[in-house]
Amino acid sequence: MTVYLDHAATTPMLPAAREAWLDALGLVGNPSSIHSDGQNAKRMLEEARERVAASLGCDPIEIVFTSGGTESVNLAIKGLYWAAVAADPERRRILVPRGEHHATVDTVEWLERHEGAIVHWLPVDEYGRVSPAEVESALSSHADSALVTLLWANNEVGTIQPVADIVALATKYGVPAHADAVAAYRHLPVDFAASGLAALSVSAHKIGGPLGMGALVLSRKATVVPLIHGGGQQRQVRSGTQDAPAAHAFAAAAEHPVSDLSALRDELIAGVAGAVPSAILRGDPVNRLDNNAHFTFPGCEGDSLLFLLDAAGISVSTGSACQAGIPEASHVLIGMGLGEQEARGALRFTLGHTSTRADIRALVAALPSAHEKAVRAGLATRETAKGTR
Amino acid sequence: MKVLAAMSGGVDSAVAAARAVDAGHDVVGVHLALSRMPGTLRTGSRGCCTIEDSMDAQRVANLIGIPYYVWDFSERFKLDVVDDFIAEYSAGRTPNPCLRCNEKIKFAALMEKALDLGFDAVATGHYATIETDADGNRELHRAADWAKDQSYVLGVLTADQLAHSMFPLGSTPSKAEVRAEAAARGFSVASKPDSHDICFIPDGDTRGWLAERVGAEPGDILDRAGEKLGTHEGAAAFTVGQRKGLNIGYPADDGKPRFVLEVRPKTNEVVVGPREALELAEIAGSRFSWAGLPPRELASSPSETLDCMIQIRAHADPVPATLRQDGPELVAIPDEPLGGVAPGQSCVIYLGTRVLGQFTIDRTVSASPEPAIPSPAL
Repeated sequence: MTVYLDHAATTPMLPAAREAWLDALGLVGNPSSIHSDGQNAKRMLEEARERVAASLGCDPIEIVFTSGGTESVNLAIKGLYWAAVAADPERRRILVPRGEHHATVDTVEWLERHEGAIVHWLPVDEYGRVSPAEVESALSSHADSALVTLLWANNEVGTIQPVADIVALATKYGVPAHADAVAAYRHLPVDFAASGLAALSVSAHKIGGPLGMGALVLSRKATVVPLIHGGGQQRQVRSGTQDAPAAHAFAAAAEHPVSDLSALRDELIAGVAGAVPSAILRGDPVNRLDNNAHFTFPGCEGDSLLFLLDAAGISVSTGSACQAGIPEASHVLIGMGLGEQEARGALRFTLGHTSTRADIRALVAALPSAHEKAVRAGLATRETAKGTR
Repeated sequence: MKVLAAMSGGVDSAVAAARAVDAGHDVVGVHLALSRMPGTLRTGSRGCCTIEDSMDAQRVANLIGIPYYVWDFSERFKLDVVDDFIAEYSAGRTPNPCLRCNEKIKFAALMEKALDLGFDAVATGHYATIETDADGNRELHRAADWAKDQSYVLGVLTADQLAHSMFPLGSTPSKAEVRAEAAARGFSVASKPDSHDICFIPDGDTRGWLAERVGAEPGDILDRAGEKLGTHEGAAAFTVGQRKGLNIGYPADDGKPRFVLEVRPKTNEVVVGPREALELAEIAGSRFSWAGLPPRELASSPSETLDCMIQIRAHADPVPATLRQDGPELVAIPDEPLGGVAPGQSCVIYLGTRVLGQFTIDRTVSASPEPAIPSPAL
């Protein structure tokens, strides 16, 4: 049995979600069909929409189900950008902090290359936190802003962003704001109505729901140009037959009681620091996700540590798992001011609903010898000894 | 043993990994990310280190039930293999990047990391064998299938590296047998084409690739007496022994074809002459290594010699020669004058099937005395 400490990559499906999904798979009916079978499916879908909306503090009509976090982020950023440009061709500036998830980074860079967007990177501090003052300075000095987009909480280092302050500034300057709340959802209170956001992205599998399902919360007041065209399901914003069973399972996960993992996380942080005193905690030490512990280990490669811990039956991550399996220095850590070599020594431990103190004990027991070997193996960029040993 | 199987995504390393598992070892598959362009997809038979290759390797690892990881050596590969390749050509030499990759990456950076992380050996899909002498010393030998033999590109391995190397395919009678075995094991890569040429030049256009990186300025083509015969588009693109692409426009006095005898990057000159002038009486190099114990014959004095076979390219025929060690350099005197030699190539030394070692050729002496060819400026 492995010790699973990579819940931020994906967390085991909650039993309630699994049961809901399996039950729903027995039904037949396209929610867009007019007959009774279609109506039954539609009812399940809309009930799920209401339940997910309740978990996010928005109206059901504001929930657009998508294939997951990445699609939600793409729809929000491209859709809001295109809509802004359509309304005013001068508005081409996208304000985005350094160290965002690749779903955002690659989307804004694509808009820059192909759609004439001006990407305005906002600096982050040593914890990966963007300052409202930077946002205000950018907004006040550039009248061409189309959109502000930011992570609610950083998926790699766990730092919580001052979302309320930044959205208030965006609102003051009349610029729509989008938050990627994939990592924050069900770990922090997310109240869309109170947030003032134009759009917010979440994913089902990160909270114990099914893979391939997510949502974009899109304010009634916000306009987006759709990415996917077709039957016009979901407010003409997102076409495609709607997945009622997955939505049903998503709703079950969204209603699952949230437990505070911060005590367990603090135990993990203390355990790692005790096992490897040279390890450096990254991300905000206080304002961080309750399930995230992120460290850099000087003098060794994160992927060496990952390999050795995996061999000991412990699943961890070097950060974001989106680089086609090829380890690269994290752009989040680089954005926080770390050097390439320091950044290559990163490991992220993330907790979830199945985590126990025994998991942490197993990690703390395995870490010292793994660390010792990884330090010996050093960095891939070092000079080799050329066969002398 | 704990064995790291280096898996390129090709059929050879796949079968090698499977055989290591069958032999009862505790095997982990590792794919080396060597390209800085991970998004590239393989087209046809060329190129490697693409996402598709990585996926192929992973599917094989799944089938034989071993863990699989991708390790990034792209930075080291760029420094030690790609940049070295460019620098060697810029200096008028002809390097072998596969040999350099074995020397610097697979059996150095990768092997050292593997040993540090607790592995006992690295297994690869190379066609070569390792034998152990009566005293327990390891020796590198040619593969059973001489047509596939890759001992030439492994000639750079040292005794320490051999001690931790494993070549599960070396004794296989033929490549066809490896493909049949891959098919029998259900590997999707069973009929995957062999990789060719240089992995980091996917379209195979080495000259075009070099011209983009080395730069190309027109310069003079000279004969051996220093007489200008024509102009070229950049000296670095020429290789000693090359006949095509000179475009001098008129024949030599004796009507015989001209060949590149020397490339002088500093003055951007290419020296040409008749085929006989390529024939060498002596080749030497000061950068050498022994693939196991150094031969006793050479240890005592410079006058001691060793009768051996030498091979100067991956697919050249080995030829008989006499070897001696002269101060810091190894000197090989072929029995018959030897053509097709370019500085920068490795001269691999064989005793029967055994690889003794190798040196990088940096000095040559022509077999045709008149007119004298100066030794390549290095």
